[in-house]
Amino acid sequence: MPQVTLTVNGTKHTVEVEARTLLVELLREKLRLTGTHVGCDTSQCGACVVHMGGDSIKACTILAVQCEGADVTTIEGLAKADGTLHPMQEAFREYHALQCGFCTPGMVMSAIDLVNKHPGGLSEQEIREGLEGNLCRCTGYHNIVKAIAAAADVMQGRRSELARAAE
Amino acid sequence: MYDFSYHKPSSVADAVKLLAADPDARAISGGMTLLPALKLRLNKPTSVVDLSGIAELRGVKREGNTIVVGALTKHYEIATNADIKAAIPALAWMASTIGDTQVRNRGTMGGSVANNDPSADYPAALLALGATIQTNKRKISADDFFQGMFATALETGEIVTAIHIPVPEKAGYAKMKNPASRYSMAGVFVAKGPAGVRVGVNGAGANGAFRATEMEKALSANWSPDAVAGVKMDAGMMNGDIHGSAEYRAHLVTVMAKRAVANAG
Repeated sequence: MPQVTLTVNGTKHTVEVEARTLLVELLREKLRLTGTHVGCDTSQCGACVVHMGGDSIKACTILAVQCEGADVTTIEGLAKADGTLHPMQEAFREYHALQCGFCTPGMVMSAIDLVNKHPGGLSEQEIREGLEGNLCRCTGYHNIVKAIAAAADVMQGRRSELARAAE
Repeated sequence: MYDFSYHKPSSVADAVKLLAADPDARAISGGMTLLPALKLRLNKPTSVVDLSGIAELRGVKREGNTIVVGALTKHYEIATNADIKAAIPALAWMASTIGDTQVRNRGTMGGSVANNDPSADYPAALLALGATIQTNKRKISADDFFQGMFATALETGEIVTAIHIPVPEKAGYAKMKNPASRYSMAGVFVAKGPAGVRVGVNGAGANGAFRATEMEKALSANWSPDAVAGVKMDAGMMNGDIHGSAEYRAHLVTVMAKRAVANAG
């Protein structure tokens, strides 16, 4: 059986897989990292988004063997060891950017890539377009967009709306 | 998905050896089309040959008045590459409209070109720009390369290695996306370049991407949206399905052509 060695959330793993095993299956079933969800399994819904080499990708549409040597980050890899949430997670909490929460891990991972690729900040339109690959069946997009705008301010060192309101 | 054996060669020669030895082997690049097809068991390859480790297939460079795009170049890289944005902004913009961010982070130009999906974006652009597809064996003009729905000039054991694109004077692209799937219902790429005025159409044709020669004539005489507004496309050439009739797509092609000329730069 093929073997794949990859780094997930900073830890190196060597795992036996079938050639047809998907990255999301490796994450969920072999490494028990079940924060990465499978929604549609057809690369449309974005519930399975993780980062590979810093880029957001859909873990349901890549073979585990294609990830040899790769550096993968999942939703479990965002918070600090002491439990401090990533600014994007914190903003999702603060702005109540979820209803059922199923799409949330993928939304957060896509949102972080989106903010990182726009160092000069993002308009609301750019955030909405940047979420094209993520579906929320609760249709809770409004607060998701607000959360991403707020997190972008924190991640990029601008004073956030919350900080301004507190003054 | 049926299981298969997996190979990751590091040179074109090794990849071609694997693919030529087995007609049921499939090359994978970004896998944005192949993996969904494998999941649906539409395809049962004995082996999958991963091209992503082949360094010689990477990179974008400008050579005189030609942009050379390595087959493994991802849509995101096309959309953001400084040389492409400066020389062919319509192509960079086209790449930014493919799929979604995650698809653009994996899918490659070489993979899309070799697959020739009738709704894929690039074939229309490469036809309009008079591009040349370089393989491990030969150079093929886009006109000869794209041979209808999912059909190309590629033979067994032949892979796309690079795409050579002459820099146009101006070019524009417009497409109508299916509101659910976001695939092109009708997309038109217009270009005025060294090979004259050329118009490529995707999404709409009953037999894949094609050139709209009547529009080329009209635009050669008068490069303006009005010139194509009067060109009626033949509905007999168009694809009709639950998303839109052939007549609707024929109409869309004219509308998209007008928009493409209007936004050409």
